[in-house]
Order: sequence, then C-alpha cells, then structure tokens
Amino acid sequence: MSDNLSTFFAGVRRISPLTLGVAPFGMICGAVSVGAGMPEWGAIGMSLIIFAGASQLVATQLMAEHASMAVVILTGLVINMRMFMYSASLAPHFKGMNPVKKGVLAYLLTDQAYAISVARYGEPGSEVINKPLYYLGTAVTMWTCFNVSTVLGAYLGALIPPQWNLDFAIPLTFIAVVVPAVKDRPSLFAAVVAGLVAFFANPLPYNLGLMVGAVSGIAAGYVMERRQSDG
Amino acid sequence: MVDMTTYWPVVLALGIGTFLIRFSFILIMDKLTLPDAVHRMLRFIPASVLTALIVPAVFLHGSSVISFEGWERAVAAFIAVLVAWKTKNVLATISVGMLVFWGLQAMI
Repeated sequence: MSDNLSTFFAGVRRISPLTLGVAPFGMICGAVSVGAGMPEWGAIGMSLIIFAGASQLVATQLMAEHASMAVVILTGLVINMRMFMYSASLAPHFKGMNPVKKGVLAYLLTDQAYAISVARYGEPGSEVINKPLYYLGTAVTMWTCFNVSTVLGAYLGALIPPQWNLDFAIPLTFIAVVVPAVKDRPSLFAAVVAGLVAFFANPLPYNLGLMVGAVSGIAAGYVMERRQSDG
Repeated sequence: MVDMTTYWPVVLALGIGTFLIRFSFILIMDKLTLPDAVHRMLRFIPASVLTALIVPAVFLHGSSVISFEGWERAVAAFIAVLVAWKTKNVLATISVGMLVFWGLQAMI
C-alpha cells in the first residue's frame, strides 16, 4: 500500500517542474476565453470538460471569429488527434484494468503526463512499479495545475502584461522533455524530420501540419532503425 | 466576441470527442495485439509529436504564414535545447529559456 503511494508521489515529483510551463498556459487559456467575451464559468468549464489547452485556444479564437460550429469542432479535434498516438503508446502499460479506471486515466491524458510516464517506463526498474499509479501521479498533478491556473487566468488574466509573452513557456517545457528523449540516431532523425515537416506544413488548414509533421517523423525514425538493424 | 449560444454544442462535442481520442487504444488494447511494425513505431512518438509542436511555436508562434519575425524566441529555444541536453533538468531548461527570451526582448 505504502509502495503504491510512493509510486504515485514519484510521478508527482518527476512532473512537478513542468507546472512552471503549464501554469502560465492555463492562465492564458482562462484569460483568452474571458477576453473573447465568455463569462468566467465558461472559461473554467472549457478547461474542465475539454482539458486540452491548445485546442481550447484555437476553438475560442475561431468562435470569436464566428466560424461555423463544424469548423470549430473539427479543428479542435484535429489538434487533439496526436493523443491517439499517446493512447496507443500507453495502452500496453494499462492492460487488464477495468474500463472505468481506464476511462479516468484517459480523461487525464496530456502531452506532459504522457511524455514523463513513457520516459519512466523506459528506464531500468520500471517493471516493478505500478505503472498506472505512476502515470496517475503525473496526470493528476497536471490536471490540478491546469485547472487552478485557468481559474486564476479567468479572474486575474487581464492583469498579466501581454509583453511577458508567457505562452513561450509551453514550447520550453516540451524542449525540456523531448531533448532527453532523443537518445539515438533514429530518434534524432525522427525529431528533425517532424520539426521540418511541421514547419513547412504549417499553412495547411485545420492545423493539420502538426499531424503531418508527427507522422512523417515517426515514419522517418522507423525507416532509419530498420535500415540500421538490417545492417 | 464569442456567441454563447454556440458554447455548449462546441464544448460538449470537443470534450466528448477529445475523450474518445484519449480513450481509444487504452480501452481496446486488451483485445488487440499490435503488429510488430506498429510497436517499433511507438517509440518515436514522443520525439516526433513534441518536436512538431515546438518548431511552429518557436519559429511561427501562432501565425499561419511562414515568417521569421521574433528571432529572440529561436535564440532562446536554441539555448534551452543546450541546457536540456547538458543538464537534463526541466526547471533549469524552462527558467534559462524564459530569462534569455526576456533578456533579448529587453535589449531590442
């Protein structure tokens, strides 16, 4: 029992530095929604129900521009399609659990909780830890941080000077997670190809550039690994 | 300004849709074995997806047109990559990146 508790808190500890990037992001989500004319409860409800900041920002932007509901919903879903990949990647570690518990873990899935947990699962000693509980520690930390900071942003966001550009903290948290994850030549190749393709594919509609870049990177890494192992 | 009559349809559809995306493989994996090739691809997901999020945010930051304005983001991100590589420390990476970014902005 205490073993489980310490596994949960190991996840909490490992992910807590990332709150530094997620807290400003949550505040921005809250502030932007209120700035676009939503009541505070609307901003907070979005973060609780959707719980995926990037898609919320884009949806708010499109709603403010009076885009059709179909465009708003589809664009948001395309941005979140990367989580199909996270779901596939985490699934083997959550095998055999009951579906309700799986549903809770799924609702809490974020870029950060995924990246930190998968990094831990790849390290020595991971066979003996309770993997879902470790993930739960990372995920609950992100959930609390994001939603508390959305509330703060919704009520106090107008006080943050825009020239602080706190949105830059989010790519920085991704850099902090991705650089240690690039351990060999195939994964470096995957990252470089994904970045280049995402850059040039950026003008694609519905933010499809992200998916095109990610899929190209995965394919590139896989092909290079196969060529290496085939000699 | 957001028209609040669209709020609930959008938030519920996006919320449920996003949940189903997150739930998909986590729910069905017990009954399904992935082909070996897919298994070998899974390992490249973090590096690929995160880099595809980082690069447009750093070089294009939100604009949908390709342009290189805001070079201080690129410089700060490059230094953050070096810090992450040398220290593997999340806190140091975010703090140094933000401080370099603010420093460069103050200089301009």
